[in-house]
Amino acid sequence: MASLGSACLLLALAVCAYGIGASLYGVRRARPEFADSGRRAVYALAGVLTVAFAVLEIAFLRSDFSFNTVADTSSLTTPTAYKAAAVWSSQEGSLLLWAWLLSMWSSLVLFLTRGRMRDVAAYATAILLGFGAFFISLMIFYANPFATTHPAPVEGAGLDPLLRFPTMMIHPPMLYSGYTLCTIPFAFGMGALLARRVDAEWIRAIRRFAFAAWFFLGIGILLGARWSYSELGWGGYWGWDAVENASLMPWLTGTAFLHSLMIQEKRGMLKVWNASLVLSTGTLAIMGTFLVRSGVLNSIHAFGGQTLGVPFVCLIGVMIAGSIYLVVTRREMLRSEHRLDSLLSRESVFLANNLVLVALCFVIFWGTYFPLISEALTGKAASVGPPWFDRYTVPLALLLVLLSGIGPVIAWRRATFANARRNFIAPVAVALGTVAVLLLAGVSGKPFALAMFGCAAFVLGCVAQEFLRGVRARRAMAGEAAPVALVALVRRNRRRYGGYIVHVGIAVLFVGVAASSSFQHTVEPTLSVGQSTRVGAYTVHYLRPTATVTPSNDAAHTGSTLSLGAVLSVSKHGRHVATLYPSEGYYASDEPSQGSVGSLIGGQAVSHVAMSAGVTRDVWSAIAPNIETPQLKRIVEVGNKTIPFVRPEDALIAVAYLARSYLQHPPPAQFHFIVSPLVMWIWIGGLIVFGGGLIAIWPAPSAMRRRVAVLARGRRARAEQGLARA
Amino acid sequence: MNALVGLFTVALLGAVILLVSAPLRAKRRAPDPESVADRAELDAAREAKYREIRDAELDYRTGKLSAEDYASIDGTLRAEAVAILDRLSALEDGEGEEEREDSQRDGDS
Repeated sequence: MASLGSACLLLALAVCAYGIGASLYGVRRARPEFADSGRRAVYALAGVLTVAFAVLEIAFLRSDFSFNTVADTSSLTTPTAYKAAAVWSSQEGSLLLWAWLLSMWSSLVLFLTRGRMRDVAAYATAILLGFGAFFISLMIFYANPFATTHPAPVEGAGLDPLLRFPTMMIHPPMLYSGYTLCTIPFAFGMGALLARRVDAEWIRAIRRFAFAAWFFLGIGILLGARWSYSELGWGGYWGWDAVENASLMPWLTGTAFLHSLMIQEKRGMLKVWNASLVLSTGTLAIMGTFLVRSGVLNSIHAFGGQTLGVPFVCLIGVMIAGSIYLVVTRREMLRSEHRLDSLLSRESVFLANNLVLVALCFVIFWGTYFPLISEALTGKAASVGPPWFDRYTVPLALLLVLLSGIGPVIAWRRATFANARRNFIAPVAVALGTVAVLLLAGVSGKPFALAMFGCAAFVLGCVAQEFLRGVRARRAMAGEAAPVALVALVRRNRRRYGGYIVHVGIAVLFVGVAASSSFQHTVEPTLSVGQSTRVGAYTVHYLRPTATVTPSNDAAHTGSTLSLGAVLSVSKHGRHVATLYPSEGYYASDEPSQGSVGSLIGGQAVSHVAMSAGVTRDVWSAIAPNIETPQLKRIVEVGNKTIPFVRPEDALIAVAYLARSYLQHPPPAQFHFIVSPLVMWIWIGGLIVFGGGLIAIWPAPSAMRRRVAVLARGRRARAEQGLARA
Repeated sequence: MNALVGLFTVALLGAVILLVSAPLRAKRRAPDPESVADRAELDAAREAKYREIRDAELDYRTGKLSAEDYASIDGTLRAEAVAILDRLSALEDGEGEEEREDSQRDGDS
């Protein structure tokens, strides 16, 4: 099977090379049949990589440890769902996933644009196949997922315990879908510049793909934040980690592009800006992959080795140089067809929103790459932490939320001050009222948080007013009932009202972020059984310890041999609120020097967080038990001396004895408790954002009717031709 | 097993070659005339203009534009839309002319 996988990679590389040549020959020599052949090479690539991916998935599901990557990242005891997801936990598998997703999305966009923009599409085909060739070459020359070892080991190392979390099964495919989709607007943008066809048509062709990239990348980022919050023992959802930042940057520039493309579509303006944004987004997406896979910057999310840095740097260099060259040499063509009619117009607000988004991206870029920059300049790798990021991003985020409220109530082209004043009265009143109520309720001392609540209320007021006025206008025109008018209004203007819903989601999300980060209570006490501690208004009582030993042949086993934890009672003003069960899992290591018993629990220790989540607050808890007490260490030492490696079942009995001893004489444990208000609203805001995104991306009924009509006309024409021939 | 894998690889290679070479084996097609690209560009411009007209109307009806501004913007947009439609008609007339000339040439030969 491994040889089939390797053959597929070689065939895929050959297909890429042929497709690039055929596409370029076809477009340069005006031979459309070659360009078509190049497009079909992308379909062929998708087919070949599907076979390769299936081969690797089957190897994981069958626990075929002759595949090195399976032996390194899976084991017989890994649950089946995690075995399937373990494919992308390895360097090799994730590269294959990247190339496969790229080929699938590329096939889809080239299928949908067949027969249109032939010259632009031919260049885009060559560029997309170039990306494919790059990732396939990495697999063939640096990280082959089909490399094998004979004889195969009888057991694998198992999946990284941190990745044994349900959202981890879909987080990487979402993120990689986002990254690969970012390369599609990049390829078409390059294609449009190369073909010198910089009108709005290429924008129209890739708009949905740019939206899909934004959508999937956003979901991937949110799932990553959720994983960080629920699985990692530090209690945060965003730590300004290099890999987190790397995924956020293309999302920010992608968001800017989704706004400014409307200006190019409508007014033929901002062509240089749009081309630059689309090329930056594609480059940042590749840089994001580079950060995850190269290990060049420290990150808890970086799962790659150190070998891929140079090829990635070369690719990124080519992308940046190519982008700059094309934008500079085509600048005459990219000149705007119109000028801004008025500074008080939606175009101006979109432009301001673009500037804020790009400024945010720049700040994050600088902070993320600062260690590399400082090392290059001073020889020392200095890094910046969350306070540095917060100092610059918080004011920009406030401005962004404010603009997301202003945009919807300002007209395209030009608005008058009188109209603007009338439209802003109610939202401003809502915002000021919200701030006043919060101040009266004693919410003070955090001016940025208070300002964010005010801005969010302003956005909600603006959008609510827009919906109300839209429904009223619709009712006046069509005489419909309010619910019918609301549905009809959204259906007929999906982009506009879907976008407004996205703005609401962003405001809600930022309310969650502001509240949870500004009004959080954290304590890290060491408690013995029976002791209590206070966290904000809550009292946490350590009721009793827990200890479980899970044999590796247990079907429900997620990998940890020993799990030590606590039962906690959480109360508020004497009333019971929740019972929490945080624990820490101790995983086996493959280090024989730790002894027969020590190696069963000497691997990674992973915190299993417990929390009581609600719409008003989350009570979050984690435990770090002390297993280094003399009594527990003695059990391990005696076990190591008396039990040989060939009797693992006896070693497990020693671990069970250790667990019993822990229950009988529990040592004080280190706890981490956090009470954060409104965290739930971050996830709810995220869902609203993506719900609104789906509405905006969905084809309008008129567009669908047009598409059906075009297809019907095509069929009719073909039928008539057939009849004529008959 | 190895023979089966070899067979499958050869079959895959054959399928790829068949798929990729299909356009090259088909009857040679003339490149798209410039008018096709122009038409696509004009179609995109027309759709964008229609959307702009609808947006302006919604902006007016939701109180974002005064009656005078709406009248002026709507008039400008409609004039721009008519100009695009005129260019599309001219393109269609040109294509019709070319088709007629082609069919006449075919008939003569």
